[in-house]
Amino acid sequence: MKFACIVFPGSNCDVDMFHAIRDELGEEVEYVWHDEANLDRFDAILLPGGFSYGDYLRSGAIARFSNVMDAVIKAANEGKPVLGVCNGFQVLLEAGLLPGAMRRNQNLKFICRPVTLVVENNETMFTTGYELGEEITIPVAHGEGNYYCDEATLKSLKDNKQIIFTYKNNPNGSISNIAGIKNEKGNVIGMMPHPERAVDQLIGSNDGLLLFKSILRNWREAHVLNV
Amino acid sequence: MSLMYKEPTAEMIKENRLYADMGLTDEEFQLVENILGRLPNWTETGLFSVMWSEHCSYKNSKVLLKKFPITGERVLQGPGEGAGIIDINDDQAVVFKIESHNHPSAIEPYQGAATGVGGIIRDVFSMGARPVALLNSLRFGELQSPKVKYLFEEVVAGIAGYGNCIGIPTVGGEVQFDPCYEGNPLVNAMCVGLIDHKDIQKGQAKGVGNTVMYVGASTGRDGIHGATFASEELDEASDEKRPAVQVGDPFMEKLLLEACLELIKSDALVGIQDMGAAGLTSSSAEMASKAGSGIELNLDEVPQRELGMTPYEMMLSESQERMLIVVKKGREDEIKEIFDRWGLLSKVVGTVTDDKKLRLIFKGEVSAEVPVDALAEDAPVYHKPSREPEYFAKFQQQEEVIPKVTDVKQTLLDLLAQPTIASKEWVYDQYDYMVRTNTVVCPGSDAAVLRIRDTNKALAMTTDCNSRYLYLDPEVGGKIAIAEAARNLVCSGAEPLGVTDCLNYGNPEKPEIFWQLEKSTDGLSEACRELETPVIGGNVSLYNERSGVAVYPTPVIGMVGLIDDVNHITTQSFKNAGDLIFLIGETKPEFGGSELQKLVDGEISGKSPSIDLDIEKKLQTQLLTAIRSGAIASAHDVSEGGFAVAVAECIMDGKVGAKVSITGEEVTALFAESQSRFVVSVPRDKKEQFESLVDATCVGEVVDAGLTILNESGEPVIQVATDELQNSWRGAIPCLLKSKA
Repeated sequence: MKFACIVFPGSNCDVDMFHAIRDELGEEVEYVWHDEANLDRFDAILLPGGFSYGDYLRSGAIARFSNVMDAVIKAANEGKPVLGVCNGFQVLLEAGLLPGAMRRNQNLKFICRPVTLVVENNETMFTTGYELGEEITIPVAHGEGNYYCDEATLKSLKDNKQIIFTYKNNPNGSISNIAGIKNEKGNVIGMMPHPERAVDQLIGSNDGLLLFKSILRNWREAHVLNV
Repeated sequence: MSLMYKEPTAEMIKENRLYADMGLTDEEFQLVENILGRLPNWTETGLFSVMWSEHCSYKNSKVLLKKFPITGERVLQGPGEGAGIIDINDDQAVVFKIESHNHPSAIEPYQGAATGVGGIIRDVFSMGARPVALLNSLRFGELQSPKVKYLFEEVVAGIAGYGNCIGIPTVGGEVQFDPCYEGNPLVNAMCVGLIDHKDIQKGQAKGVGNTVMYVGASTGRDGIHGATFASEELDEASDEKRPAVQVGDPFMEKLLLEACLELIKSDALVGIQDMGAAGLTSSSAEMASKAGSGIELNLDEVPQRELGMTPYEMMLSESQERMLIVVKKGREDEIKEIFDRWGLLSKVVGTVTDDKKLRLIFKGEVSAEVPVDALAEDAPVYHKPSREPEYFAKFQQQEEVIPKVTDVKQTLLDLLAQPTIASKEWVYDQYDYMVRTNTVVCPGSDAAVLRIRDTNKALAMTTDCNSRYLYLDPEVGGKIAIAEAARNLVCSGAEPLGVTDCLNYGNPEKPEIFWQLEKSTDGLSEACRELETPVIGGNVSLYNERSGVAVYPTPVIGMVGLIDDVNHITTQSFKNAGDLIFLIGETKPEFGGSELQKLVDGEISGKSPSIDLDIEKKLQTQLLTAIRSGAIASAHDVSEGGFAVAVAECIMDGKVGAKVSITGEEVTALFAESQSRFVVSVPRDKKEQFESLVDATCVGEVVDAGLTILNESGEPVIQVATDELQNSWRGAIPCLLKSKA
C-alpha cells in the first residue's frame, strides 16, 4: 500500500508520520510537496500536523488553497482513505471535507500531553482494529483543538455515527468531547490527537499503530484479496 | 530622500561624545581613532560599539573564560563557532549551545523569549546540524506580584510559541523563583542538534573572489543596538528600549532551517553564519576574521523591509531569521534554487577580498572601511578589580543552624509547594515536547532523554544551577552546579560528555560582582576538569541588574550525555512494590541556601553545602556502572528539599509508594541539602550485585502506596497519602498564578 504524506511549508509532524508508516507499519510512503497536483499514484493520503504557513491566520486557512488540495479532494471523492491529524484536521475543516470548525483551546494555551481517548465507532476503515468503547492513550499537542459545530451538525454527526474518538477527560473544551470525526462516506477522518506519536512503547505508547494497521487491513481486503 | 535622517559628522561624534550613548568609553573611542588613523564616521562608530560590547567581545569575561577546560578526546569543536560539537561515535556528533535573552525578555517577555529560542536554533543549524531538542532555564522574582506573573506567563508562552511552531521539541529545563530576579528575569535557551561528521560547517569567508550571499528574512529597523542594550544595566528608562527587542517569525525560521540543511549538502557552500547579535556586522566581520580575509558588502543589495534605511541601520539591525553565507564564485544560481524552492530570499551582497577589511558600499560610495580583526578580535580586554563582598565573610563565620521545624509532615508538604520544587507541569504542558517522536523521557524527570533514530543510542540532557549556593559561596556553588548537572545525566543512565554554560551576573564593573565571576569560574573550571566535562561553548550575560540590584551569580549549566544502549535509560520513579530503596552519599547538617532555610527564615544565609569532587566522581561512576549492569530500577538525585522531597518525587506518578527509615537528627536526615547523594531502587534479586558495585545504605522498600518515613526506633515521623503529596506539589504553581496579589 502506498501512502502520500503531504508537506505544507510549516508542516512539522511530517517526519513522524513518515516514520510511523515506513518503520512501524512497514508500508511505502512518500513526502508530497504542497504544490503537487496529482495524487493518483497513492492509495491513501495523510495530512500531518504542524503550523502550515505559520498558522498566523486561522489554522489551516491558507494551506487549504495549496495546489495539492484539489488533488486531496479528488482522492477523497474517489473513496481513498484520507487522514488529517492536528493541523491536517484543521486543513480538512477549512477545505470543507469535514464539517465544523476549530476554536482556541478553552484555557487559551497550547496543550501537550498524553490523553485517554474512547473509541466511539470501530466500524470505519480507520478503526476496525479497536474494540468499541476501548480506551486508548494518544498524545495531543495543539493550541486550537476546541472543536465546534452547530446543533444540527452535531445531531447529524451523532445520527450518522461520524464521531469516532472522544476525550475521556476533555482537555480543550471540544463540543461533546469530540476528538475525531469522519465524513458521511467514512473515508475521510480528522482527529486532533496524534496517532503517529503513539506507535512505539519506547516513546510512551503504541496505541496509535492499530489505526494505521486498520487502514492497511481494510485496504488489503478491498483491493488485494479480491484480485 | 527627504525622510533620510541626517547623521552626525565624525567631528560631532568626537566633540559631543556621541559614542558614549552607543556604549563606547573615551579610551575605547581613542583606540578606534588609533586603529583607523582617523576619526570614525557614524556607521563605523556603530560597528565598533556593537562588536566591542560585552555581549559580542566578552571583553570583561575573557580573562576568566580562559580557565575553562575546552578540550577532550571527544571534542570536535570547542568555543568560537556557532556551537560546540562532541563526538558520539559512529561518525555522529552532538552539537549544543545555550544563550541568554535576559534583557529583551525583561521588557518584552513574549518576543524576548521567542527570539532567544530562534537565535539559539540558528546557532545550531548554522553548524550544519539538525536541531533535535530545546531546553531552557528561567529565573523570576517570587510568584506574587502581577508583574512577575505576567513575565512568567509570557516568557513561557513565547518559548512555546516559537518552539512548537518550528517543530523542535522543548524537552527540559528548570524554573526558579527568587526576589533577586524581580526586575531582571533570566531567560536562557539551549538547543541540541545532531550531525554527521562529514556535514560539519564553519563560519568562514574563505577564498578571495568568492561570493557573499544574504538569505532568509529581510532587514528592518528592529533590534538596532540589541547587543549594546544587553551590555548595560536595566533601569526605569529601559522600557523605552522596547524597539531594541526583535520580533520572531518561527515559520520563516522553519523554512530557513530546512533550506540551510539542504544547502549544507552542496559543495558550493564555503561558510555559513547566523546573523545573531550585531547582525550583519558580526557575521561578516567574524567570518572574514576567522578566514584571514576581508569582505566587501554592497548594502544596496541587502533586502530591506523598510524605506530609506541607512548603512548604520542595516549593519546594526538584529532582524531575525537571517543568515550570511559564502559560496563558490559562479555557483550562486544553485544556491538560489534551493532557497527559491522554500520561498526564501537569497541575494548576492558582496565578495570575499584579501585586504582583511570590512568595506561597505552604499549608493556607489564607501560608507565604512575598517579592519575586520579590529572588530572581531581586537576589542580591549579588561581585568576588572575584584573585591570580596562583606556578606561573604559574615556568612562564612555563621554557625550552622538547623532550621526550627515543628510539624515535619506539614513542612514536607510546604516544601513540595515551594515554586522552585513544585511540579512544572503548568509550564511544560504548553511545550510540544514530543514532536519528531524521539522523546523517551519527558520533562519532569532529572534529565530529558531522546533516542537517536536508527541506532541503539540515546542522548540525555539537562540544564541546572542553584544560584543560592553560588550567592553564599561562588566557588563551591560553581562546583555544585556542574556536579548536579552531571548527577542528573548519570541518573538517567548517561555518561556526561560536555558543558555549555550561560554565565548570568550583575555589573562586572562593580568589584564585588567581578569577585563572584572570578570565584565561580574557578569552581566551575575545577569541577569540569574533575568530572571530565569540557566546556564547548556558551554565553556571558553581564549587567543583570535593575536599579542597582544584581541577580545572584547564575552560571546556568547545560550538559549533554550519551546513553550507549536504550535499555540503560533510567527514570526517577520507583517501579515495583518490593524493590529495595538505597541512599547513596553522606547526609550532613547543611542548610545554607536550602529550601528549608528559605521556607523557615524567609531568606538565605550561612555557608553553602560542601562538596568533595573526588567523592562526587566516585559515586557517579559507581552508579553509572550499576545502571549499565542492570542492577537498578530507578535513580534520582537528592537536591532541593533534601531526602524527604527526593523520595516523595520518586512516588509522585502515583503507581507505587515508599516506606523508608531515617537515622540521626531528624530535620537533617529529612531536609538537609548535602551534595553527592542519590536515591535509587533496586530489585531484591539484584541486591547483592548492586551492593558489590555501589557504596550505599539500604533505607527501605517500595510499597503499594503512600509515603511512610520511620525514625530509628521504628516510629512513623511522616505518614502521608500520595494524593496529598500530589496536591501540594502539582497544585502550587497554578494556585499561585490564580491568586490575587
